[in-house]
Amino acid sequence: MSEEDVDRIDRNRRHFLTVATAVTGAVGAGMVAVPFLSSLKPSARAQALGAPVEVPIGSMQPGEMVRVLWRGKLVFVLRRTEEMLASLGKDLDQLRDPNSDVIEQQPDYSRNEYRSVKREYLVVEGSCTHLGCAPLEDFAVRPNERWGGGFFCPCHGSKFDLAGRVFKGVPAPTNLRVPPHRFVRDDLILLGQDTGAA
Amino acid sequence: MDKLRALGRLVVLAAILAAAQAHASAGAALEKAHIDPGNIASLQRGASNFMNYCSGCHSARYVRFNTIGKYLGLSEEELVDNLMFNAEKTFETIQASMPENDAARWYGKAPPDMSLMARAKGADYIYNFLKGFYLDPDSPTGVDNTVLAGTSMPHVLWELQGYQKAHFSEHVETNTDGSTTTTHEFDEFELVSSGKLDAKEYESFVRDTVNFLAYIAEPIRAERRKLGTWVLIYLVVFLIIARMLKKQIWKDVK
Amino acid sequence: MARIEAEVGKPQGGFMKWIDDRFPFTSTMKYHATEYYASKNFNFWYVFGVLAMVVLVIQLVTGVFLTMNYKPAAAEAFASVEYIMRDVEWGWLIRYMHSTGASFFFIVVYLHMFRAMLYGSYKKPRELIWIIGMLIFFVLMAEGFAGYLLPWGQMSYWGAQVIISLFGAIPGIGEGLVEIIRGDYSISDITLNRFFALHVIVLPLSLIGLIFVHIVALHEVGSNNPDGVEIKQNKGADGVPLDGVAFHPYHTSKDLVAIIVFLMLFSAVVFFAPDMGGYFLEHANFEPANLTATPEHIAPVWYFTPFYAILRAVPDKLWGFILFGTAVLLPVFLPWLDRARVKSIRYRGWIYKSALSIFVVTFLSLGWLGTQPAEPIYVLAARIFSVLYFAFFLLMPYYTTVDKTKPVPERVVYHG
Repeated sequence: MSEEDVDRIDRNRRHFLTVATAVTGAVGAGMVAVPFLSSLKPSARAQALGAPVEVPIGSMQPGEMVRVLWRGKLVFVLRRTEEMLASLGKDLDQLRDPNSDVIEQQPDYSRNEYRSVKREYLVVEGSCTHLGCAPLEDFAVRPNERWGGGFFCPCHGSKFDLAGRVFKGVPAPTNLRVPPHRFVRDDLILLGQDTGAA
Repeated sequence: MDKLRALGRLVVLAAILAAAQAHASAGAALEKAHIDPGNIASLQRGASNFMNYCSGCHSARYVRFNTIGKYLGLSEEELVDNLMFNAEKTFETIQASMPENDAARWYGKAPPDMSLMARAKGADYIYNFLKGFYLDPDSPTGVDNTVLAGTSMPHVLWELQGYQKAHFSEHVETNTDGSTTTTHEFDEFELVSSGKLDAKEYESFVRDTVNFLAYIAEPIRAERRKLGTWVLIYLVVFLIIARMLKKQIWKDVK
Repeated sequence: MARIEAEVGKPQGGFMKWIDDRFPFTSTMKYHATEYYASKNFNFWYVFGVLAMVVLVIQLVTGVFLTMNYKPAAAEAFASVEYIMRDVEWGWLIRYMHSTGASFFFIVVYLHMFRAMLYGSYKKPRELIWIIGMLIFFVLMAEGFAGYLLPWGQMSYWGAQVIISLFGAIPGIGEGLVEIIRGDYSISDITLNRFFALHVIVLPLSLIGLIFVHIVALHEVGSNNPDGVEIKQNKGADGVPLDGVAFHPYHTSKDLVAIIVFLMLFSAVVFFAPDMGGYFLEHANFEPANLTATPEHIAPVWYFTPFYAILRAVPDKLWGFILFGTAVLLPVFLPWLDRARVKSIRYRGWIYKSALSIFVVTFLSLGWLGTQPAEPIYVLAARIFSVLYFAFFLLMPYYTTVDKTKPVPERVVYHG
């Protein structure tokens, strides 16, 4: 073998080893990154604090609304009156998504004309789908404005109806989100858990 | 060669330090607890012992039931039925049934939290402590302890162990100035009334309990050891490759 | 055979040129890596500088993640550490890396300093590197001390109590100074809060700044080597020192091997013995700080114990403090205490070799004695070793002058 051949073999070997070292090191660095990034996820305590909450609804009157916190998020529970329920079928052309076609915004069991498990009880997150402000309730009916009652976000003027459905021509893109929930009994909602119920 | 010699020196130093440390901890003559952290059955018994006999007064406030359940292979129902006497949700931590202020008033000192006791005092210490209660008529609780003299803890396990007397031998030493110092050295226990368990059964009862306490002091212990092996295997592979690269690069240095 | 050319040093067009016209990237890489020449005969003792950098990175990264979950308040600190250990996913690993890293930082730095003593790296023209290095050591001690209070365990509290009280020994201003350090009449929530600020911002920033200056100074004069020969005095026709090889790729590839070996030792402790038998994590620190009861036996963490043993050997508060402070400061003056005409231990006489050996035994013995209870036999031993400690430094101008040295070769000794 000439000196040139030895040189070439050495260069190839060196190149191979450099790549092998770099790859092994990169794999190691990647594995080290996993625990550090995972540590940013909600901790066991956050999960415990974010556990399902019970909402007693036995004493709620028609037209009454309660605000509860689940995982630090505001949730509206509204017992709708018959008039309110009746208004949901009107003026559907004003709504962006009247049939709840954006499936991420509610569990399957709430994908119906009332967006609820039981027709009377609306359970929605009180967080505007635009940028997360808490909408205000505005249940007064004003026929001249074509307003049958609903929610109004004070931050950027988004409007939602009494099923949390968003109106056209406002900044919010989608309907208010329905959180996972189920009726443990007729007078008790468990918010944050829906296994075994539909 | 130089490297080897230097490494050798470091190893000798480490050995000296280790020996020095072994000597340092030889002071207290505690009986070895011989716990087996890998014995899940023992840990399950220990968990049940702790919840039945200790958790009335002692909390383990950093320990969540679901953590224990996962490691001990207990289902949610088993946890609720067998361990969770004063808790409702599996993600809750182990709280004492007795309010801390009451406890402090009754015993003069609040019973300490047990989450880290095994790491603070060592498993052997707790093992000897739980076996070390003996009758002492002068004490307000009727008992004293060979490991922690003057403890305010009553002998809650008397139903199981029974009561024992302790025999001490007296040593009188004459000091240089003529005065004498008397020391008492513990010799042995004598069972005066037997409990539900015989000596051997009580020993394994205590061992299971201590095993559980050692587990909750560092629930991650088994996992970190397992992971550590893989990390070291990876580093050995990396070392071999990096060493080959180093040799290749240094080949032409004369 | 031609030297291997490193990739980064090559002239580049396009993007690199765009950068280089605005920022001296390529020239900096050349100056500090591909055309920084260090002796080819570096041995085992020359890896601890780069290892200290590795530990620094480990501490900075794990520290940031710990800070995200730790609560610097007396009522919550202890619980928040257990929260990290149990509730935060992988929190245990991050915390063990940080606590182990603290001890390894000192192991590595002590060995790095010892290297300087073996090969006379502090001697002319590297006095300033040594002094900056000592400053780094002082800041590191402060960093370790402030960090040790944060878990708010029994040892944290009472260890801090003892060390802070030390400053009370200074006549006149002592008591006032102690109150200013604590910000309270005892160690309290306020003290913890300010130690946190020092530990996560002030001291790490100072460390990074000092290390930067340390390396700038080093690359100005060039690294020493086990023979204590100035390699710049023997340059080839191309202006490259004959005994030097480029930092990259030669020393980087060598350092990588050392780093992996180091990581193996580090991982062995993190995964198999994070307490290190009570030396890295002390048993009493698993009990929350109790202001009404001192633990039976208290000692600072192991990396302070050599100096602590000297403090305890003196039966007088003020003199204890003075000797303690002097013991810490004395090494700063090594460049002027050492009068030998050679740098490396290889060419020194038997006197210095014996003195350095005795010093190593002295330092380790003091370290061990500092962890032991203050029994008479230990105190006596500590006194003897304290005398030896001071003798090593204070008698140095004398014994390094009379010591017979061997002739230093022109070129470094290297056997391929």
